Amino acid sequence: MTQVGYSKKVMDHFMNPRNVGVIENPDGYGKVGNPVCGDVMEIFIKVHNNIITDIKFRTFGCGSAIATSSMVTELAKGKTLDEALRLTRKDVADELDGLPPQKMHCSNLAADALHAAIKNYQQKQKLK
Amino acid sequence: MTRIYLDHAAAVPVDPRVIEFAQPFLSQIIGNPSSLHSAGLAARQALEEARQKIARFINAEDEHTILFTSGATEANNLGIRGTALRNKTKGTAVAVSAIEHISVLNPVKDLTKQGFTMVSLPVDSTGCVKQEDLSNLVTKDTILTSIQYANNEIGTIQPIRELSKIIHDHGSYLHVDATAAAAWIPIDVRRDGIDLLTLSSNDLAGPQGAGVLYVKPGIKLQPIILGGGQEKGLRSGTENLFAIVGMGEAARLIQQEQHQERHRLQPMRDTLIKEILTIDRSFLTGHPQHRLPHHASFRFSGIEGESILLNMDIEGIQISTGSACSSKTLEPSHVLLAIGLKHEEAHGSMVLTLGRSTTPDQIPQVIQATKKTVDRLRALSPLTM
Repeated sequence: MTQVGYSKKVMDHFMNPRNVGVIENPDGYGKVGNPVCGDVMEIFIKVHNNIITDIKFRTFGCGSAIATSSMVTELAKGKTLDEALRLTRKDVADELDGLPPQKMHCSNLAADALHAAIKNYQQKQKLK
Repeated sequence: MTRIYLDHAAAVPVDPRVIEFAQPFLSQIIGNPSSLHSAGLAARQALEEARQKIARFINAEDEHTILFTSGATEANNLGIRGTALRNKTKGTAVAVSAIEHISVLNPVKDLTKQGFTMVSLPVDSTGCVKQEDLSNLVTKDTILTSIQYANNEIGTIQPIRELSKIIHDHGSYLHVDATAAAAWIPIDVRRDGIDLLTLSSNDLAGPQGAGVLYVKPGIKLQPIILGGGQEKGLRSGTENLFAIVGMGEAARLIQQEQHQERHRLQPMRDTLIKEILTIDRSFLTGHPQHRLPHHASFRFSGIEGESILLNMDIEGIQISTGSACSSKTLEPSHVLLAIGLKHEEAHGSMVLTLGRSTTPDQIPQVIQATKKTVDRLRALSPLTM
């Protein structure tokens, strides 16, 4: 049967999002999207020995925006920065058992937010 | 968990009395209304009785003014394209309010490819058409003006009778899409000065698949569907007898019960509005007084409408939103933009439409679920505006 609407996994991450919140004094911070477009995501990371040891997010957006944010934090936690940088939007969608086609672009910015946070961390390291 | 359905603007459960009334036309009365044998005549008889019920429902001159279509979208298309194309020697401008349904806006947009001009009539922040602008924007070149009776997203009711006078002063025909209003407001095409009117069966608790275009005597239309010449040649195709007969009966029942139902639902709706507006940074959309009696619509800062819809659904309550993410085009609602909301404000809307199944004991549950939903989503959101 063709699946209509969101997968069970998307709904689970929407209703029970993992790693919600803010990290005070994060090692890296990334923010993507725009309230005008209806999606804003921010990700905070803590890094130790090149590994993402803690990660939190906050998201304004639709069901898939919240679910992909939650999923990307779960995927990134415990990974090295290089591994986390290799996570793609598609990886996130696949882990959620897929997203409706029209959601693949606009509400699937979570990997971008993660990459922005890592790059912010790397930038700060260079300046040290 | 009990489920509470508050999306009657999208689909209405068919009245069981209507189903019982129309059921014989699915299998027992099998004639085609165009056939001359007795089975055909029985079908024809039922079709004409439905036509009379609709004519009485809107106080039309007679039943010959009623054309049955497949629904409101087709009636809007026929009313707009049919009138404009048939009368283009008299004028080539078509004026429409900025908050019309998409099945009005898109046929008008399409007419611009055939040499017509589309004039958009602005509305104020409550969704009322600005009367002072009407006199300048509707001109002697305006062949047709289309203004809805009431809006399905924000509930605002237009002062059709007053608008009609201004529009007729400029010699334009007035088409009124009464889809959202007809179940709630007594419609009188003669009192209100309406030339063409659209009705939908399902919005009257009739079966899906039927609609009506009322055409005032003397107005000439061009058909948009060609074929065997049914409905005075203006809408060819074998009639959907089950839906049409059901629509006629649904309209008859609404006419009898409208007043009572309105007074049953309005206090519940008023409680919803009063309580939901106690939520921080929540706003009513549409007109505070001149609105449909079963309709409550809001926006909440800092959260997004599709999330509201999904969260409310999990709480057991089915609602609607004008959010971009819930639409096929991924554009925010043109209605919310037309009343002056910014894009970021238009994303966080919620529409509740009550109906026959709504009972007073549901109202506290809906208020509770709304508060819970807004709190939860705001706790996830980085926006503080």
